[in-house]
Amino acid sequence: MAAKPRIATVSLAGCFGCHMSLLDLDERILKLAELVEFDRSPINDYKDFRARCAVGVVEGGCCTEENVHVLERFRKQCDLLVSIGECAISGGIPAMRNNIPLRECLEEAYLKSPGVYNPGGVIPNDPEIPLLLHRLYPCHEVVKIDLFIPGCPPPADAIWDALVSLLAGRPAAPAYDRLKYD
Amino acid sequence: MKRALAKITGEICKKFGNDPTRMMDIAMAVQERFGCVSPEAMDEIARAVNSHRVEVESLVTFYGFLSVKPQGKVVIRLCRDIIDWMKGYESVADAMSRELGVSMGETTPDGAITLTHAPCIGMSDQAPAALVNEVVVTHLTPERGRQLVRDLRRHLDPQQLVTMVGDGNNDHPLVRSMVRNNIRMRGPVHFADFEPGSGLRRALTLKPMDVIREIKESRLRGRGGAGFPAGLKWEMAANAPGGKRYVICNADEGEPGTFKDRVLLTECTGQLLEGMAIAGYAVGSDTGIIYLRGEYRYLLPYLESVIEERLRRGFLGRDILGKKGFRFDVRVQMGAGAYICGEETALISSCEGLPGVPKNRPPFPPQQGYLGCPTIVNNVETLCCVSRILLEGAAWFASMGSPRTTGTKVLSICGDCRKPGVYEVPFGISARELIEMSEAENTGTMLIGGPCRQMIGSERFGGRICYDDLATGGAILIFNRARNKLEIAEHYLDFFIEESCGHCTPCRVGLILLKKAVHKVIEGAGEPSDLAEMRDLSNFIIRMSRCGLGQAAPNPVLGALEIFGDLSAGFVAERKPGLLPEFDLSKAVIDAEMRVGRQSKIV
Ligand SMILES: Cc1cc2nc3c(=O)[nH]c(=O)nc-3n(C[C@H](O)[C@H](O)[C@H](O)COP(=O)(O)O)c2cc1C
Ligand code: SF4
Ligand code: SF4
Ligand code: FES
Repeated sequence: MAAKPRIATVSLAGCFGCHMSLLDLDERILKLAELVEFDRSPINDYKDFRARCAVGVVEGGCCTEENVHVLERFRKQCDLLVSIGECAISGGIPAMRNNIPLRECLEEAYLKSPGVYNPGGVIPNDPEIPLLLHRLYPCHEVVKIDLFIPGCPPPADAIWDALVSLLAGRPAAPAYDRLKYD
Repeated sequence: MKRALAKITGEICKKFGNDPTRMMDIAMAVQERFGCVSPEAMDEIARAVNSHRVEVESLVTFYGFLSVKPQGKVVIRLCRDIIDWMKGYESVADAMSRELGVSMGETTPDGAITLTHAPCIGMSDQAPAALVNEVVVTHLTPERGRQLVRDLRRHLDPQQLVTMVGDGNNDHPLVRSMVRNNIRMRGPVHFADFEPGSGLRRALTLKPMDVIREIKESRLRGRGGAGFPAGLKWEMAANAPGGKRYVICNADEGEPGTFKDRVLLTECTGQLLEGMAIAGYAVGSDTGIIYLRGEYRYLLPYLESVIEERLRRGFLGRDILGKKGFRFDVRVQMGAGAYICGEETALISSCEGLPGVPKNRPPFPPQQGYLGCPTIVNNVETLCCVSRILLEGAAWFASMGSPRTTGTKVLSICGDCRKPGVYEVPFGISARELIEMSEAENTGTMLIGGPCRQMIGSERFGGRICYDDLATGGAILIFNRARNKLEIAEHYLDFFIEESCGHCTPCRVGLILLKKAVHKVIEGAGEPSDLAEMRDLSNFIIRMSRCGLGQAAPNPVLGALEIFGDLSAGFVAERKPGLLPEFDLSKAVIDAEMRVGRQSKIV
């Protein structure tokens, strides 16, 4: 038997809601585990790739240099890269800062906003903290993305359909009723 | 001061009957008087016409020629459309901006002169050109631009810039413009002699129904570009329920590279007004409106004088040519610098004193148009054809042109050719013949402008100008082989991005995304998949946009992609997986680096 295709997932500047939706596959998650081997993913807590993957699933956009680094790594390690959810595709809530200069954002968060107790007036600056980008970038502005699955989060069915189609080598554009919410 | 503003604004409103549907005229008059329509003036207008401030503001901020902030006494609008750009816009802009000491979009500190740019001002055969207030200056060079600024500084009187007047009626005392007609080929419909009143006289011997039949038999199709059968449109309007009916002449001519209506407006004025009266007679309308683009403001006194004269001679007004009960009056509605107002429903919105936003269809204008009444909107040239058809007969007209597109077409040819100008040619003429006539050499691409807007390469130069093949509103832009097709397409996109009314997202946002994609490929950063994406996005915009602007704006991109083959090598290439070339990480982290005083670890 040929080795199972590998799949990797990651949450960048997202809320993990899209991953929750992935888990919301219910018992189909077992079927998915039969179909694929999970590589780097918060689901199994592997921190880095073990082998090249067929599909990478990305939640959230790029807010920090580290997000960029991870996304670049995903692009290099995965044959197909899928952006899932509003945040990955358009930036979502984290992009609300995009019209405000970074300095003002930091000052508002750490110095000015009501309830802040910061007598030293320190804005966190540990070398361990990745630098923020001047604005949030949706994934496709940073690397090439092969497929987009919209929604906040996309329903489990939409993710399932897309993954199954991709693995079978079929076109994976989501069906209309998977995208229509009203 | 404030009180004076309130008083004068109030008087202006009163002059227009405190009628909110005349808001365009009111706002333009206020702007002319005060140099802008200030927030205080907007409040006054809203009060006087019993409307809301937001209605006034949405109108004022919509139109390019209206401004909330004060502008210079003299506003220089340099055309930066594609042809002007090819003919040296950048060096002229640079020279003028240096001489003035301000950059594009700014006003000199003394408040005297504003320098800005405009989309195509209808002078592409004499580019680079500019509007100085309403005065047109043509054939600019950096030196002439500098001289112009020096002269203006001295007298601040744009009219004094006109030292040589153009040909034809451009030297009429009421026009006195340096614009040249450049009529290179005179055809029998528009440029043959026309005895004033002759077409109208013949029409009045017929029943209105039979006038419509005559137009139908001539198989006249709209010259604005969409080619809708004029007779059918008139019949719909004549049969539509309703009391009052309107005839509107579309003189908004804004399609980049089109300038033939400008020439018809001065050289065939009588024939045009006669066509409008005939249309009025045929559909049962007593009111005509000429919607004249703001860029052609310099023609207004002349047009009004011709209207006056025709009133005196009994070709307009009451009991026209003695026909009891047939009345027809014409007024000119000025536009204010919005290309979208050439689209007929946006044009109607604008005439109604609204921002030039297209309306939903149905109802179509012949059913319910201006102020809800049956309205026919026809292009200048279409209405000129009407007079000639009534004079010479439908059969005469239909004997010219190609089988399914009868008559002649007035083309404006410009770009890389030795003889840019206006050509009246029979329909069915091939693109190659146009290249020869205009003495273009080394032609690589042509843009057949109009609502369909096709970009064609040499393999289609055998194509014919007619509604079944290369349909056009009249703009023929010629580009030589050295021009980059994608750059041409990008210029077009810039135009449509600026001119989109913003109502629908596919047009408003999609065009910007499309431009980004095109730009990426021009920069040499494109991948084959970008080309596919550009096609998809183009088709999406075309399918999902509400009006003809969005529905055709991506066509030049599609055209460029189609004739891209020879170019694509070297432009697009598969890239190694990794960060996209247009993503600049060092730029993205620089703010943070400055803030925290350490370098990114991954740049
Ligand atoms: C974006 C857009 C711009 C247009 N601009 C003009 C124009 O400047 N002049 C014109 O006559 N028709 C223009 N049209 C076409 C008009 O909507 C309309 O079809 C035409 O005025 C009808 O007259 P016709 O049948 O005599 O051509 C434009 C259409 C669109 C969609
Ligand atoms: S798209 Fe919605 S669910 Fe997914 S990460 Fe963003 S906010 Fe969370
Ligand atoms: S297609 Fe563009 S110009 Fe037309 S209505 Fe929509 S936004 Fe306005
Ligand atoms: S007048 Fe400038 S492009 Fe037409």
